[in-house]
Amino acid sequence: MNEKQIRGLIEDVREGKLARRDFMVKLVSLGVTAPMAGHLLLNAGIAQAQTPSTYKPTKRGGGGALKVLWWQGATLLNPHFATGTKDQDGSRIFYEPLASWDKDGNLVPNLAAEIPSAANGGLGKDGKSVIWKLKRGVTWHDGKPFTSADVVFNWEYASDPATSAVTIGSYKEMKVEAIDSHTIKITFNKVTPFWATPFVGVQGMIIPKHLFEAYKGAKSREAPNNLKPVGTGPYKFTDFTPGDMVRGAINTTYHQANKPFFDSIEMKGGGDAVSAARAVLQTGEYDFAWNLQVEDEILVKLEAGGKGKVVIIPSGDIEFIQCNFTDPAVEVDGERSSIKTKHPILTDPAVRQALSLLVDRASIQQFIYGRAGVGTADFINNPPRFRSTANKPEFNVDKASAILEAAGWKKGGDGVREKGGKKLKLLYQTSVNQPRQKTQAIVKQACQKAGIDIELKAVTGAVFFSSDVANPDTYTKLYSDLQMFTTTMNAPDPEIFMNQYCSWEFSTKANKWQGRNATRWSNPEYDKAFRAAEGELDPVKRAALFIKMNDMVVQDRAVIPVVSRPRARGANLKLRFAESGWDSDFWGLQDWYREA
Amino acid sequence: MTLSGTYVLRRVLIALPSLLGISVVLFTVLALAPGDPFGDIVSNPNIPAEVAANLRKKFGMDDPVMIRYFRWLLAMLQGDWGFSFASRINVDTLILQRLPTTLLVVGSSQVLALLIALPVGVYAATRPYSLFDQVANTLTFVGFSLPTFFTGLMLILVFSIQLDWLPFVYRADITSTGWHFYWDHFKQTIMPVMVLALFQAASWTRYVRSAALDVVKLDYVTTARSKGLKESVVVLKHVVRNAMIPVVTLVALQVPAIFGGAIVTEQIFRVPGIGSLLISAILANDTPVIMAVTFVFSCLVIFFNLLADILYAWLDPRIALS
Repeated sequence: MNEKQIRGLIEDVREGKLARRDFMVKLVSLGVTAPMAGHLLLNAGIAQAQTPSTYKPTKRGGGGALKVLWWQGATLLNPHFATGTKDQDGSRIFYEPLASWDKDGNLVPNLAAEIPSAANGGLGKDGKSVIWKLKRGVTWHDGKPFTSADVVFNWEYASDPATSAVTIGSYKEMKVEAIDSHTIKITFNKVTPFWATPFVGVQGMIIPKHLFEAYKGAKSREAPNNLKPVGTGPYKFTDFTPGDMVRGAINTTYHQANKPFFDSIEMKGGGDAVSAARAVLQTGEYDFAWNLQVEDEILVKLEAGGKGKVVIIPSGDIEFIQCNFTDPAVEVDGERSSIKTKHPILTDPAVRQALSLLVDRASIQQFIYGRAGVGTADFINNPPRFRSTANKPEFNVDKASAILEAAGWKKGGDGVREKGGKKLKLLYQTSVNQPRQKTQAIVKQACQKAGIDIELKAVTGAVFFSSDVANPDTYTKLYSDLQMFTTTMNAPDPEIFMNQYCSWEFSTKANKWQGRNATRWSNPEYDKAFRAAEGELDPVKRAALFIKMNDMVVQDRAVIPVVSRPRARGANLKLRFAESGWDSDFWGLQDWYREA
Repeated sequence: MTLSGTYVLRRVLIALPSLLGISVVLFTVLALAPGDPFGDIVSNPNIPAEVAANLRKKFGMDDPVMIRYFRWLLAMLQGDWGFSFASRINVDTLILQRLPTTLLVVGSSQVLALLIALPVGVYAATRPYSLFDQVANTLTFVGFSLPTFFTGLMLILVFSIQLDWLPFVYRADITSTGWHFYWDHFKQTIMPVMVLALFQAASWTRYVRSAALDVVKLDYVTTARSKGLKESVVVLKHVVRNAMIPVVTLVALQVPAIFGGAIVTEQIFRVPGIGSLLISAILANDTPVIMAVTFVFSCLVIFFNLLADILYAWLDPRIALS
């Protein structure tokens, strides 16, 4: 899909020929995030879909306690130190950003009075500045007023390397200043087409200046309020036991009328996903459960309990297989899979093509993941890519065999193909996780039929996903031929997601295998497109570049998508809430209520 | 009493090097174990690599193991237990938060286990191979053959899901007040306590029975009976007191486990105790917490070993500890 086609689609949306939602779905399926797709429409001057307010209660409070279950409990409550979603979600109960992402990638204001746009003068013409107007009359839980000084402070706090904030990536390379008490201006060092990163979403929660001012920089860890949040959110902090319980009570001076509905909130941590599902779906002891990584078969049984339902939230996460383009068997200068080598088998495009035909996505979805893993369409085999969402990913052993045969891989006496004395044998690794081992088995079986001998390997997750330089089994080393895991698209802008195929991101000994490109696939065209996208101010051109990059990777089959992994949550049948795959589960906590 | 001061002193002096040895082993194993407390940060592309590098420097993780060990030892000697990487608070605060729950749940389960094991064991021993003994024997055998994760799930299935009587998510801070507070606490504590108590009681009952059985056959018991003493006096004063000697050792050695918490059971019922703290620390590679919990646990084991030896001598003056 090129720039012209995207422009055509945008016009279709403007004229009402194409539904906004369909536009989003199309772009997301091409590797663009929903927030970025929403951005395209916003920049084209198409007003954001006003999500109709579904909030029914007519007065604040009176809803009793909201009990939610996170099987990994929050361990700290300072959003600038929050590493996992558990900590971000725990912090989000009390803190708010300027704006959040809804499920369609729309920006919804929290502490902002309005969303900056070219029309309201919020966006600089040079693509280097953004002006945010802040909501007036907002107070911190301790009664102090919320002003632009607080917002500016958050930038100073997070961008100071001595603070060691994990949000630093969202705040460096820019300057933030207060224009007046309720207006701030962000000036980026370079052209920044996607400006909604600082102060937005999970990375954008704002902490009060008056309580953290003394703890900026090296003293950050001593701040007493790291464990006692004072925010602007719908609930005030009551108490916190790391890893176990976060509790909050209603904020009676919350800045949105009649909200929140519940008198208190309890976020219980610990345990396992299955019993969390049970407590919400079957016994109704809890109202909401996070991340139900449970086999769908079990979820369906628990839903029969009649107390709750599973909510599936689409996201950009994809379970996929990576092909190694370097040789894991040869050691060069103390590292295997060195970029100085070429993989003897996988550099043959025919083999990669055959492999992608041998992944039986339909069975994997049906028998393993169920609703929690949707077989992703194999983009390449379906050129009319926008016509239908029912494109079945192709699984065809005969076709795969034919491709291998044509490429000169002939079956030997043991049924394994070989070419020029090289046996078609591959080592396929992943982390220890039941669905992954089952998937491995399904792929191995199909490969066997096509004459590819697959050896399976499973590595403990703690090792596989670690950055341990001394361990040969980490995924960034990729000391095997194939590997499978889920890549998460956890930023609203695809730039960071896409840099994992750039040649300067090669994971090597020199960078302690911290480079993001583990396949060591590279393409000068891709690098060029990426560099172009970085500085491209026109959002449509930029989106077209990302789509082109996505196509390059998938069409060359550097990676083989298996299933997309929507997020599964459990919710009481009477609980009303808005989900979003692009923000914290609590992005709209103020709107949660229980139907009578 | 033949317990001499020099004996105790010697035992304490022997304990110190063993503690030191344990700490070296624990520290080295943790340092060599795979995993990285900042793995999440490193693998998250939104976070620049410098953040993890900065944190490692801040927490002194780039230094050689030797230096880190001595730094840890020095701090520990001064009562500084370290700083949790995951929660960024002091480890002792973290442990003290969890201790009351663990003491309540595991402690009461041990007391309950003792209350079951003692009478049943002694009664069975005084009537060996009677119907009561046979039934008790069978039940104890079943009891300690069933792992706690199984009995825990069974109880949840029956009492929470089928009957809907008891909650299966444990909450340390219950909001209700007055007698409701105690009732709610009692309700949520029953299942984890029962699971732990029944398992412990099963093995202790067998132990008590065999210890009592050894004593019952002895001549002095026959003598006591022939003096015409009442059966209750014979059992309580003559049999139980002597049979208790090995039992005391066993129970004393079990006490550290109360502090260690019950990892599996705490996980099943979401009891926020030391066991679940240890598990989540291990999963997060939060080495200071793992180190503190395991080291405190080793200290307690050594201390109670010593205590058991001393109690032993006190209960049985024939044993001379010299």
